[in-house]
Amino acid sequence: MSTVRIPPVLRANAGGSKQVDVSGRTVGEVLEALVGRFPSLSGQLFTPEGELNRFVNVYLNDQDIRYLQERSTPVDDRDTLIILPAMAGGTL
Amino acid sequence: MARSFTDIMREIRASIREIGPGDAAAIREQSPQTAFVDVREQTEWDEGYIPGAIHVPRGHLESRIEAALPDHDQPIVLYCAAGTRSALAAMTMLQMGYSNVTNMSGGFQQWKTMGLPWQLPPKLTAEQKQRYSRHLLIPEVGAEGQAKLLDSRVLLIGAGGLGSPSALYLAAAGVGTIGIVDFDVVDMSNLQRQVIHTTDRVGERKVASAKRTIEALNPDVTVIPHEEMLDASNVERIITGYDVILDGTDTFETRYTLNDAAVATNIPVVHASVFRFEGQLTVFKPYEGPCYRCLYPTPPPPELAPGCSVAGVLGVVPGIMGMLQTNEVLKLLLGIGDSLAGRLLLFDALDASFQELRLRRDPHCPVCSDEAVQARRAGRPLHVATVGADEPFVLGSINSMGMSSTVGGRQPQ
Repeated sequence: MSTVRIPPVLRANAGGSKQVDVSGRTVGEVLEALVGRFPSLSGQLFTPEGELNRFVNVYLNDQDIRYLQERSTPVDDRDTLIILPAMAGGTL
Repeated sequence: MARSFTDIMREIRASIREIGPGDAAAIREQSPQTAFVDVREQTEWDEGYIPGAIHVPRGHLESRIEAALPDHDQPIVLYCAAGTRSALAAMTMLQMGYSNVTNMSGGFQQWKTMGLPWQLPPKLTAEQKQRYSRHLLIPEVGAEGQAKLLDSRVLLIGAGGLGSPSALYLAAAGVGTIGIVDFDVVDMSNLQRQVIHTTDRVGERKVASAKRTIEALNPDVTVIPHEEMLDASNVERIITGYDVILDGTDTFETRYTLNDAAVATNIPVVHASVFRFEGQLTVFKPYEGPCYRCLYPTPPPPELAPGCSVAGVLGVVPGIMGMLQTNEVLKLLLGIGDSLAGRLLLFDALDASFQELRLRRDPHCPVCSDEAVQARRAGRPLHVATVGADEPFVLGSINSMGMSSTVGGRQPQ
């Protein structure tokens, strides 16, 4: 089981969890399993065509999967996936 | 058997390595890792020294040199006024285990006579020496660093949750010019985290309130209020001339507008954002690290990215992130340390944990890639995902009034 860290903006769609343990051999499989468990995450993470939204970055441990093998990047049981959408808050 | 001064000097000169000022100047040019150490007294230093030299008076050499130069194998050139005291200092450093020490014979006097470069120390007033004494004690800052800060110009986008704590510490540090872009007024709900404002200023313009606090804290600081909303039509006029920008905005529109203009004008942006108990921080240093568009090529839809007024934030979180931004700003201004360019720092207040992610430049970035730079130079900037600016950012021509003409395809308002 790999650990997926859920960003604060998406926690309401993941049962309030900060992190979730999910199985999968690749980043893609882990994300699909995550969406399988929390279907309302789907629209936030993926485009209607099934691609990852460009305002959401996914890091395997500390590396952006865009510079690894994207969703085909192999995932180990001890790995952590971090989902990181752009955050807005600063002043107000 | 008694030994004379002449005997001692003869022995020392036989054991140390010496070069003349001409060779020392060549080493200084060719080997930037070589440290020049000036072992003269303070009064001599105050009348001029070799630029970049470290000042350790010979009387304090043994106690201070290891803090200033911890690497015992670093190449070092020592000098004094004429080369005698620095020969004694070289001997001492050999005894301390420094392996690569050279004395500059002839000293600073001959250096100056030969027309080699030297400089006077920056002038700080007696009051400034007292005010910044804790900075002056740090070798990496010192009087030169403090003078740099006093000459520096930092632009805060927003005098809010991130900008407030930053403004206080930048002002306290003696950053000479602080520009503040904010068109808002102080609201009661701001005071939970925007510590530069006070209860009796509710309803007052934020730039005016911030200016009052900063000037009360440090009269060395000039505050430039920009009471307007940063947009594509004014961004170039506002940011031009600043050394570093601290991004404390809370809209994606402003973030992208700022990013595109800062990359085009080559000004580093220290970026932070906060959400409830969490924050992110990085430095966008144009062409050295990624820019905001490399990180997030397109903005999220509004429902995925609520601001503080919708989501809430623990007041101390922007305080912590604003402090970390200030730290990055000061490092960039002083030219010390490793900036967060290329690294994203995540902070979680509930876990009290930090995590670091690697960021990379997108080789196809429409704003900071080589291709984008060339296209911009040719006057045909690449298309960018629309948010904020309706069109790609183009450096406008600045007329004598300092106003930019058509920037981003819009007329100034």
